[in-house]
Amino acid sequence: MAEPMKIRATLQGDVADVRVLMAHPMETGLRKDAAGKLVPLHFIQTITAQLNGKTVFSADVSQAVSRNPVFAFKVKGAKAGDKLSITWQDNQGDKRTDEIVIRAGS
Amino acid sequence: MQHARRLIVQALGALVVLGPARALAAWNKGAFEAKSAIDAMRALGIGNTEDSKEIQIRAPEIAENGAVVPIDITSNIPGTTSISVFIEKNPFPYTGTFDFSQGAVPYVHLRVKMGESSPVRVVVAAGGKHYTTAQEVKVTIGGCGG
Repeated sequence: MAEPMKIRATLQGDVADVRVLMAHPMETGLRKDAAGKLVPLHFIQTITAQLNGKTVFSADVSQAVSRNPVFAFKVKGAKAGDKLSITWQDNQGDKRTDEIVIRAGS
Repeated sequence: MQHARRLIVQALGALVVLGPARALAAWNKGAFEAKSAIDAMRALGIGNTEDSKEIQIRAPEIAENGAVVPIDITSNIPGTTSISVFIEKNPFPYTGTFDFSQGAVPYVHLRVKMGESSPVRVVVAAGGKHYTTAQEVKVTIGGCGG
């Protein structure tokens, strides 16, 4: 099971500034390990962010995203107490969902 | 008639892919495996694009480390529904599409790997049209191999 994401949401008025860090190797399939063998493709393909159960932000991405991906996005109309959940899924079928509660002035 | 019906089915298919229901749509393998930005755009159904100054790309002019190139993209085009990123000289240029709905602001920050210096092209979908702009990023050490 993958490690938890680090999610941070900062409220500025009614806009939540969201930053998320995902722990993932994001292997391109082009890199060789110490023994000189190609490391197989292993990367996050889809990301979905939901605010109180409604999808606000989603993404399909390639292996060109850096290792341990960081994304930031902004959601208007968010308020303290709202639940923000983020899910990713990779090409090997692994997935992970984490949720935070948006706090006032945090 | 048959042909017309097929067109309608294709059009509906395109709506499913491009609409807010993307989370349910399949990851576009054809586009992600395309070796040129043009082929990737074709696979995504992006036809004509219009150059726009309303798209801001904030990326380093010179990236010392191609393994982590931070990019901030903001679209000021009203009705923006998605932002797609193409790193033209990467082995597989199509890097991803970000969809905005239910009040999400058309802004995204991401960090990408770049094999060599390349234009970073952004295509914004808004009101059924596609707008584009690009910025050159010079890479001193590539980030794709080992």
